[in-house]
Amino acid sequence: MQSTRRNFLKVSAATGGGFLLGFSILTSCEQKPAVVMMAPELVMPEQFVELNGFIKIAENGIVTIMSPNPEIGQNVKTSMPMLIAEELDVDWGNVIVEQGKLDTENFTRQIAGGSQSIRHGWVPLRTTGATARAMLLAAAAQQLEVDVADLRTEKGTIYGPGDKKISYGEVAELATTMDVPEEVELKDPKDFKIIGKSTKNVDARKIATGKPLFGIDVQREGMLHAGIIHPPAFGMELASFNADAARAMPGIVDVVELDCAPEGKEMQWSDGGTVRRSIAVVGKSTWQVMQAKKAVQAEWKRTSPAESSDGHRSKLASLLETGKVEVARRDGKPEAAFKEAAKIVEATYSAPFLPHNTMEPMNFFAHVTNEKAELHGPVQTPEFLEKSIATLFDMDPANIDVGMTRMGGGFGRRLYGSFAVEAAMISKAVGAPVKLTYTREDDMTQGTYRPDYLVTYRAGLDADGQLVAFHVRGTGTNGSPVFANRFPAGSVENYLAENIGMDSNITTGAWRAPRSNFIAGAEQAFLDEVAEAAGKDPIAFRLELFDRAINNPVGEKNDYDAERYAEVIKLARDKAGWTGTSNNDGTHRGFAAYYCHNSYVAQVLDLTMDTDKPKVGRVCCAVDCGIVVNPEGAINQIEGGIVDGIGHALYGQITFTDGKPDQENFNTYRLIRHPEAPTSIDVHFVDNGIKPTGLGEPSLPPVIGALANALSSAKGERVYDQPFVGGLRG
Amino acid sequence: MANFSININGKVHEVDVDPKMPLLWAIRDELGYVGTKFGCGIGQCGACTVHVDGVAMRSCQMTVETIAERERAITTIEGLSENGEHPVQQAWLEHDVPQCGYCQAGQIMSAASLLNNIPNPTDEDISTGMAGNICRCGTYTRIHAAVKTAAAKLS
Repeated sequence: MQSTRRNFLKVSAATGGGFLLGFSILTSCEQKPAVVMMAPELVMPEQFVELNGFIKIAENGIVTIMSPNPEIGQNVKTSMPMLIAEELDVDWGNVIVEQGKLDTENFTRQIAGGSQSIRHGWVPLRTTGATARAMLLAAAAQQLEVDVADLRTEKGTIYGPGDKKISYGEVAELATTMDVPEEVELKDPKDFKIIGKSTKNVDARKIATGKPLFGIDVQREGMLHAGIIHPPAFGMELASFNADAARAMPGIVDVVELDCAPEGKEMQWSDGGTVRRSIAVVGKSTWQVMQAKKAVQAEWKRTSPAESSDGHRSKLASLLETGKVEVARRDGKPEAAFKEAAKIVEATYSAPFLPHNTMEPMNFFAHVTNEKAELHGPVQTPEFLEKSIATLFDMDPANIDVGMTRMGGGFGRRLYGSFAVEAAMISKAVGAPVKLTYTREDDMTQGTYRPDYLVTYRAGLDADGQLVAFHVRGTGTNGSPVFANRFPAGSVENYLAENIGMDSNITTGAWRAPRSNFIAGAEQAFLDEVAEAAGKDPIAFRLELFDRAINNPVGEKNDYDAERYAEVIKLARDKAGWTGTSNNDGTHRGFAAYYCHNSYVAQVLDLTMDTDKPKVGRVCCAVDCGIVVNPEGAINQIEGGIVDGIGHALYGQITFTDGKPDQENFNTYRLIRHPEAPTSIDVHFVDNGIKPTGLGEPSLPPVIGALANALSSAKGERVYDQPFVGGLRG
Repeated sequence: MANFSININGKVHEVDVDPKMPLLWAIRDELGYVGTKFGCGIGQCGACTVHVDGVAMRSCQMTVETIAERERAITTIEGLSENGEHPVQQAWLEHDVPQCGYCQAGQIMSAASLLNNIPNPTDEDISTGMAGNICRCGTYTRIHAAVKTAAAKLS
């Protein structure tokens, strides 16, 4: 590859939330071989103009747009470039999307987490597109010798008075010499041509034909393969090991001890769950390494008490009774209101630890020398990984190159990049490029799990069945799941939310919709139980509470918009044709609604029982995420969250005996399978034109409540403890 | 270590590996066909599904030695069609099935094999036939619809 930069300047632009726009003209660039499938795939010509860190334009009109954020299956590699393309005003059929590397100068917030990519990218990415378009227009005005006000753009072509026109490709080079506008005007949403139109996953063809896209597919010249041996249980540490037999096995290059969190090194939050001392086996193939791992004789010592699941549940229960309470919110006089209540409903809900189980096990490529580090692979937090590497190796971040592959699932697991740090340590130790691959057992037994939780709700009703007092007290491993300012806070005069924490040596962390993934199901199941006690329809009961929250809210910190919440509930009710919790045909219906990650979701779930096995039929889902950037992609995310939520609530659990996970692979850990998925899912969006919010997480939490409510109707008794069915295949 | 000849996607490849090496690792590490994925290593998730003489099998559960001795013809996702024009692959694109995409090569291989055996599957045939392939993203309803579309294309 030969590239000549003839012109390079960097301008700090006032637009786009402080984006730095770098302008360069590359006269030659590596050409990728054309892959012809069905319709020919677009190929970027050798010659192109790089208009800023995000956009490259070739003379023939082909445009490459960089996708800045990590792609874990939430489809940002399609939806984020759509935002740029919309304002740039190009034909999506002429757009190639490329995954951007970690580039903290050009890009901001390169992280996959919290369903925030679209919400945070909404204005900056459109501004990037609009800024480039403005510079192309300025260049065209100069070239065509007309006033810029007399120009308009359409799909990559600039039209002037009369029959004057010029393509983006023809003025791109000149455009790089134009001033960066201080301000640009963004399109009126009614003029959107790309946003709001279903656009296929840009990697779909490569996925369907098995092209190398994922971290585990990375192959390099001279690359060695590595495997890792972690302690067999939480609360244990490496004492000593003998690797003579392993070293003697075919293909094995070395067995090394790692210290991934040395004394005196400041680690990042994303290093949570890092196992300090472990053993790495390095060899010529993944299989040989996996075999040699079994031949390593390691001694482990206990450094903190062994925890078991049975003990955990009783410890959580006793903490709920006697633990140190942190009052998170108090409105009115809850204690007095409960005393005066005509009826009190109380229920306790629980959920177990959950592993992430991304289908692609943890893995990473690293090549670390004394001078520089190259890391390439699946990580949701590349910026923090770079910081960790800089600290661990005392290296200037400028010498650290972090690239992102497509990820075979994230769900929060790849926020914690200890596997990438391990790969880097191994590469440095053996002096070679290395790809570290976890086995499924390594992946499932090392954390960083969704914590186990326990929460007790109490509701006080007056003689008329009005909710007059509400109390929630929650605890969980490494933190309480309670969100004090979420509904029904704001709709009840007397309200008390309390948290109790529990420490554990089992590593826990973010798991798709952290905390919400449990508390939504508990809260929504409890509200149904309260509605029943009040003799009210579950949806009508909730809408009464929202009336209060809309017209006369209690408190000022309520973390939701009551009108949007009520609207999404009504939409689900109407689209599902809700008439109540059970129908004459043996179908049981459950309702739930939840607001998290800035989006509102309401669901009606239909369920039948096949003897004692629940079968989910239709799930009707209403969503308010504001403007829907890519409808088909959005629906896919919502469907996925629903299937994922149902699966984990029915079957998911990891348990521990003496600190050791009892489930290590999919023969003992049950994930939802095809026959257990809902028969159909229909998704309905609230059309309100509000700026968009994310969808990677919000459909999962409420569906657990809808499922619990349908299941309770089917069984004739309430269900409280997840998993509702259990881990063993029945 | 020993030399074996294995037929992958219509081409005979020589590999010098441990006879007990699972086919999965020979095709990924030794031959570079990385479209076939590692998911569990115990035949439970279906990510490593390939066709053995046209039938979907878990490549993590077959040794190189067995495949070579019995002269099995292996088809991986890379060999299912020349350029992704197999009706199952086309149906996958039409329904925009993938989220993360990692399990999808295995899903496609299972679906193609299912439709070879049952050209006009019922809903139950599809559910049962695809039960061996796990998708953590939860794309099952799309997979289901795509298999139906592919069946219609094939008939």
